[in-house]
Amino acid sequence: MSISRRKFLGWVGAAGLSTTIGKSASAATNKHFAGYPDSFAILHDTTLCVGCRSCEAACNKVNDLPPPDRPFTDLSVLETRRRTTTKAFTVVNKYDNPKKSGHPVFYKKQCNHCLEPACASACFVRAFKKTKTGAVVYDPSVCVGCRYCMIACPFEIPTYEYDQALTPRIRKCTMCHPRVIEGQLPGCVEACPMEALSFGKREDMIKIARERFRKYPDRYVNHIYGENEMGGTSWLYVSGAPFKALGMREDLGIKPAPELTAGALSSVPIIVGLWPVLLAGIYAVSKRKEKFAQTDQEEAVASALDKDRSEQSQPEEES
Amino acid sequence: MAHVTTGERKSIFSLFNFIALIVLGVGIYLTYLRFAGGLGAVTNLSDYNPWGIWISFDLLCGVALAAGGYVTSSAVYLFGMKKYHSAVRPAILTGFLGYALVFLAINYDVGRPWRLPYPLVVQQGTTSVLFEVGLCVATYLTVLFIEFSPAAMEWLGLKRARNLVVKLTILLTIFGVVLSTMHQSSLGALFLIVPSKLHPLWYSSYIPIYFFVTSIVAGLSMVIFESTLSHRFFAHKMDETHLKEANGVTLGFGKAASYVLAGYFAIKVLGISSGNLWHYLKTGYGTWYLVELLGFVALPSLLYAIGVRVKSLTLIKWTSVLAVLGVILNRFNVCLIAFNWHLPASERYFPHWMEIGISVFIVMIGLILYRFIVTRMPILYEHSDYKDAH
Repeated sequence: MSISRRKFLGWVGAAGLSTTIGKSASAATNKHFAGYPDSFAILHDTTLCVGCRSCEAACNKVNDLPPPDRPFTDLSVLETRRRTTTKAFTVVNKYDNPKKSGHPVFYKKQCNHCLEPACASACFVRAFKKTKTGAVVYDPSVCVGCRYCMIACPFEIPTYEYDQALTPRIRKCTMCHPRVIEGQLPGCVEACPMEALSFGKREDMIKIARERFRKYPDRYVNHIYGENEMGGTSWLYVSGAPFKALGMREDLGIKPAPELTAGALSSVPIIVGLWPVLLAGIYAVSKRKEKFAQTDQEEAVASALDKDRSEQSQPEEES
Repeated sequence: MAHVTTGERKSIFSLFNFIALIVLGVGIYLTYLRFAGGLGAVTNLSDYNPWGIWISFDLLCGVALAAGGYVTSSAVYLFGMKKYHSAVRPAILTGFLGYALVFLAINYDVGRPWRLPYPLVVQQGTTSVLFEVGLCVATYLTVLFIEFSPAAMEWLGLKRARNLVVKLTILLTIFGVVLSTMHQSSLGALFLIVPSKLHPLWYSSYIPIYFFVTSIVAGLSMVIFESTLSHRFFAHKMDETHLKEANGVTLGFGKAASYVLAGYFAIKVLGISSGNLWHYLKTGYGTWYLVELLGFVALPSLLYAIGVRVKSLTLIKWTSVLAVLGVILNRFNVCLIAFNWHLPASERYFPHWMEIGISVFIVMIGLILYRFIVTRMPILYEHSDYKDAH
């Protein structure tokens, strides 16, 4: 079978087109994405965390962040409820344990690296990308600085360089993507002296968590936070205290963020397809009405004139 | 008699000029601060509150209040309501200026405004509602510019180009309605992604529809409101047709706004029922919600209806102010007041005076441009060379 050059190019073009269409179409559907196979995750066992801030220090070092306001050895900062900032991609906060008073619990907060990230779906310039390693990475070279990612993130993680006049960036945890692709552990995981953080394949991390529930049922709440929250995340948490007590939201649901806007976006073709037809129809109807009104008027005028004329001519006949 | 009115007008305008000068001076200085020091230098924005009044007022309210253009032009050209023809040009002009100012304001708000074309030319984030908003607003701004251009071309004497553009009227109007439907609703759809941050009374899967319907209310009410102001300051620029039709416009648009508000009230109640959110009405936010729904939706609907029934132009005009305020209140509620309601008061946002200063500066630019254009171009009257051309 011989194929002409033109035919071949046509096929290539069609294939290219269908890939693009396929891509954008799937982005607006409710297709379930369970994460890239063999992607990594980090399991944070809050029952093992002692709030030493070693992870914060390591994060600061590997990401070349400016020195903190208070040194990492100062543990009094744990008392206040801190959030991620442009200078700190991860923070550890201390909470009272409602089950055991006097035994506080610690929770390390950073980007959860959602399987279907709200930030990535909200970004109008695709500055965020879920990589195959599991990390959600950000590309400052295209970012416009609209900050919709910060609005969209249900975990309130992305931070913005408000003090930068010309080159403001979004700043957040990268799950140490550059280190991971070189075969190194994320900075925080490597630094943790208590093995409260475990790094590995996401499926394995879930298995480890379940195994711990089985072995120590009294120690844990039987729930892996992040397994399904917001469609699942690449950071997973287990805890002895209810997650709510650790300042984590339990009302986020399991629907991935892109699904929340998919419905609205899929109405675009309906509007684009339906409105012009409908409006052109209405225009035609009103135009026609106008024409009828005009002919009616003309007829009425004509008949009135006729009547007038015949009335005028009648007396003449009589006389 | 005529002399007296001109004298009064002059004194009003010189006061206006004085205020305008101050606002422009402060605005230029604030602009310098913004671009020399970044957003942090002039705003109270934070990592918890990335969007302030430049989004809630300048973008969300700006776009809604500029809806008069598509509402009026579709009524006249598509639905054949010829008796409102004299309202089209002022509505298109304010729509065009409104969108142009929204674009200007966005340049202040985003971190790197010179990259605003990136979503169109570098990488398209098609999964983002903001992408749709950006694309539609950019396209619609162009459409409004073309729709407005005949007035400028009549002024400049470009007859042939003007006649060519006028031939496109129907096409442009349909295009305008399609684009407006999409981005007016999408501005609401921006908040579909934050069920965990926006108070349940305001968060609804109907929010795109709410935003679209209120844009119609805003468009109708703004036409009435602007016509009131124009009659006060630019009556000398109006021709006989405009003056004769003006009362009909106020009555007709008031009646339409009354119906649309009533319908909006109904779908808001429907939203509350379908979400079974009645118990929230007993809370503090519930009271605030009722203030919005009863005081700024039900009340203007009723007052418009009464105004039309008793043919009170004064009542209709004042009601238009109430309805416009209602739309502004709604946008502030969604974007600021009910947003981040779960956060402690210390983490909530309140605008810095300099943010307000920039917003006032941008509105002032709009007023100056409006005055410049209506005193020169055939907006409130028909150009003598093009009478009966429509």
